[in-house]
Amino acid sequence: MSFSALISNPRWRRTAWIVIALLLLAAPFLIEATLGRSWVRITDVALLFIMLALGLNIVVGFAGLLDLGYIAFFAVGAYSYALLASPQLGIHWPFLLLLPLGAAVAALFGILLGAPTLRLRGDYLAIVTLGFGEIIRVFLNNLNRPVNITNGPQGITLIDPLQMGGFSLSQSHSFAGLTFSPVHSYYFVFLACAVLSIVISLRLENSRVGRAWMAIRDDELAASAMGINTRNVKLLAFAMGATFGGLAGALFASFQGFISPESFHLIDSIMVLCMVVLGGMGNVAGVVLGAVLLTALPEALRYIGPLQQSWFGEILVEPSDARMLLFGLALVLMMLLRPSGILPSRRRRMTLPSLTTKATRAAG
Amino acid sequence: MEIFAQQLVNGLVLGSIYALVALGYTMVYGILGLINFAHGDITMIGALVSITVVQLLAAAGMPAAVTLVLAGGVAMVVCVILGVSIERVAYRPLRRAPRLAPLITAIGISILLQYSAALIWGKQYIAMPELIEPTRISIAGAQLTDLQVVIFLLACLIMASLLWFIKTSRMGRAMRATEQNPDVAGLMGVNTNTVIAFTFVLGSAIGAIAGLMVVLYYGLGHYFMGFMLGLKAFTAAVLGGIGNVAGAVLGGLLLGVIESLASGYIGDLTGGVLGSNYRDIFAFLVLVLVLVLKPSGLMGQHSGDRA
Amino acid sequence: MQMHTLRHTAAALIAGALIAGCGQDAPAPKAAAPAAPQMLTVKIGSASPLTGPQAHIGVDIRNGVQLAIEDANAANIEIGGKKARFEMVAEDDEANPTKATTVAQKLVDAKVAAVVGHFNSGASIPASKIYSDAGIPQISPSSTNPKYTQQGFKTTFRVVAHDDQQGPTLARFAAKTLQAKRVAVIDDSTAYGQGLADAFEKTIKEQNIEVVAREHTTDKDTDFRAILTKIKGNKPDLIMFGGIDPQAAPMIKQMKELGIKAGFIGGDGMQTPNFIKIAGDASDGAMASIPGLPKEQMPGGKEFLEKYKAKFGQEVELFAPMGYDAVMVFIDAMKRAGSADPAKFLPEIGKTNYQGVIGPIAFDDKGDLVNGPITIYVVKDGAWKPLETVKPDTAAAGK
Repeated sequence: MSFSALISNPRWRRTAWIVIALLLLAAPFLIEATLGRSWVRITDVALLFIMLALGLNIVVGFAGLLDLGYIAFFAVGAYSYALLASPQLGIHWPFLLLLPLGAAVAALFGILLGAPTLRLRGDYLAIVTLGFGEIIRVFLNNLNRPVNITNGPQGITLIDPLQMGGFSLSQSHSFAGLTFSPVHSYYFVFLACAVLSIVISLRLENSRVGRAWMAIRDDELAASAMGINTRNVKLLAFAMGATFGGLAGALFASFQGFISPESFHLIDSIMVLCMVVLGGMGNVAGVVLGAVLLTALPEALRYIGPLQQSWFGEILVEPSDARMLLFGLALVLMMLLRPSGILPSRRRRMTLPSLTTKATRAAG
Repeated sequence: MEIFAQQLVNGLVLGSIYALVALGYTMVYGILGLINFAHGDITMIGALVSITVVQLLAAAGMPAAVTLVLAGGVAMVVCVILGVSIERVAYRPLRRAPRLAPLITAIGISILLQYSAALIWGKQYIAMPELIEPTRISIAGAQLTDLQVVIFLLACLIMASLLWFIKTSRMGRAMRATEQNPDVAGLMGVNTNTVIAFTFVLGSAIGAIAGLMVVLYYGLGHYFMGFMLGLKAFTAAVLGGIGNVAGAVLGGLLLGVIESLASGYIGDLTGGVLGSNYRDIFAFLVLVLVLVLKPSGLMGQHSGDRA
Repeated sequence: MQMHTLRHTAAALIAGALIAGCGQDAPAPKAAAPAAPQMLTVKIGSASPLTGPQAHIGVDIRNGVQLAIEDANAANIEIGGKKARFEMVAEDDEANPTKATTVAQKLVDAKVAAVVGHFNSGASIPASKIYSDAGIPQISPSSTNPKYTQQGFKTTFRVVAHDDQQGPTLARFAAKTLQAKRVAVIDDSTAYGQGLADAFEKTIKEQNIEVVAREHTTDKDTDFRAILTKIKGNKPDLIMFGGIDPQAAPMIKQMKELGIKAGFIGGDGMQTPNFIKIAGDASDGAMASIPGLPKEQMPGGKEFLEKYKAKFGQEVELFAPMGYDAVMVFIDAMKRAGSADPAKFLPEIGKTNYQGVIGPIAFDDKGDLVNGPITIYVVKDGAWKPLETVKPDTAAAGK
């Protein structure tokens, strides 16, 4: 039986899905056994970035709005959770309330930040969103005087982990002969949220709203002529994208137990954008792949030190510098080889070139 | 009043530096539609090369004027070679690619430049040897040094020269044609590849001069200095209308003055509730306001809708 | 179409996992000689930013740790009757809180006995939970956020004075010795700089001295003319800056250019040779405090500075001496406990009474450095010269 015939067989498909599901469930233990616990933590972070990349994908990939300040929503979600679940304000609300709240607050900020940008195009939009990202970060860094809300650059410590009753994810638990350390427990929470994000993204992609976004991305004037309320649709894109970021932020705060404005710099917004573009803008699978790759790659490159030792017998290039050099090189090479991303969106290939370079635009 | 004059002077000189770097951004954007994230780092390379040349020549006992000219010259050569190579290797293949692809490439190049600099010059802050004792001048109660005047005049001079060049010379006409419509320009006999390469030559050379000015003015260089500088310059370029040479300088000067005045007066204006730490927020809010009212920047030339 | 995409997604996840798997475990570090039964290999972790804008400080810390390891190995130390051989496991946390936790887990996985790290409080604090859970002692050479030692962990220590120790001392010096009447305070909006400046300002106000201006900049700025001009209008006789040398140096240059006639004082972040190099002649008269006794007068101090310069080809940046002493404190505790097992020598760290390069080291019950002396330096003739040493907890300055 040929491969494609195999794949289309519903029985095989179902078996494949079951195998994948089992692998995903067993992953943290398999990873710890082979690579060590730090890689389980890296996997957890990768899952958070999957959510972020999917959120940005809605804004950049589906709706074609170049957002260079996306990390602001991550920050807003994180601080919403932290302020309401730590000694900072003395409030300790339950996480079941705070996680959706983080997403909702981020959505609100999405609308707030999106509203002034509605008339802007392309790179102007980029710089304004960049500015908003910076504004949020500066506010978080400075809202410690005259009234101390965010504790400024010192950040918020002792944030409550996800806990219910006496059961806390920040402690290790034993179950069925396996040890669930915090990184394992959080893995499952993050996995559930990431899967949820993937499902929502896929549903959105094939919905009326999704098609409206793509219509705006491809030709805003025509879309508006077709009766699409571009203003509302754009705001919806910002809001939806922001909710993913907000949820991821709230989870991040509970996971780390400490947040400070240092985690929400411009370079982090840029990294999420790289994940989306590299993976394949607009393609959910591509974006997930991009997120995993760009989280794992810098970590894998840490081994460049011992690798140099075993190849050359000595350190030729300072490992931390070599790591960054290789990372930059990887970005350049990946774009030169696959400019539409590793898994470009099928739709993009079908439509007129939308987000193309000036040269092509001018050529019509 | 003299405080205000001083703040104005501070802002104009700071803005001149932003303007010099913004010129590189705006020219490349005008021709290619690309935000060259690596431009700030080209400026950084120019800055660090200048320091090295000055360190070597000053130790050899060369007179200050010669040292400066040589430092600027070497920096320009290095930056131009870098800029043109980067264009050839990383941006040219992506000219017909989706628009965000060269953006990501530019980010990759930026990282490469930063860490190559770290390998060559190390990660500490490098001091620029003091060459000339600054001469103090006083205008309207504001204290100036001759260096500050030079920087300001240089920005204006370079802008004027660029405008004159683009308006009158053949290459300038070719640049304008390529900016409007590269394919038709090609049909008219313009070698667009050469024109684009030349744009990078100009941009990188001006970036190198900007780098030299920065290290002279602030006294230090660092492998990471291009990031913030590039960001501010890019903001300035957009403020003035990206793609517009005069706009870049106007945007730069304006941004410098806004930052200066904001730092100086936010505290007084808000009765002490907000302070100079909100300076960057203020600058960005002004930017948003300008763009909301004039979506293509102060001197931008966008006509009609573009998808 | 949907199944297709879902399948792609799964493939992506697996591909990602496989790619992550490409990173092999670090090969076993090469030992100079095979571990004989009498030999004890002790791994000490070093976590600091080796890339990014603060890399120069992080590399400096790692250099200090490395120097300590080499000195320890050369000294043929015995722990619990066995000959000890020390190794450094250095990791780059990029001064990023998320990377810091990854690095912390890596060090724990690598079974280090102790960790010198991290540089910034934003990294030290989240990492500290991971070290605490694993029972591995952590000494930070530079984190000054008071909360770092207030989380209730037994494993967190630091060998740097935190803001509530250094700030008030500077303020009292300004009041008593400098007789400052009008003080302007600037900070760089980082945890270190703002913490120091806030503590300084609070004590200055308690001395009934007027704070004529309170300004802020960022740790990425180099142009301070705007805030200095504003401060000039308020006619201060002393300007205090909470921040580090790459900002302090241009700041004092610009101060002199603008014709501001005031003293300039800062904390240990400013007291570096690079400050003088960058600011040139303008640095003359600047003052800065460093916790501890003057290094030149410390038994190992001068030697340390010279050894560092000989090995690394540049001056000590800032926290290398703290990194060096942190390692020595660990080894001292191990010797007293007779074991390199964290569970055994951790309790000994609390009882430390050690003369380090930075001065006398002892910890209080939270893990903070017990109030040691603080020395105020001044720049004279192109070099930092000790001006006055202030004993702890005394309002009057003492020699």
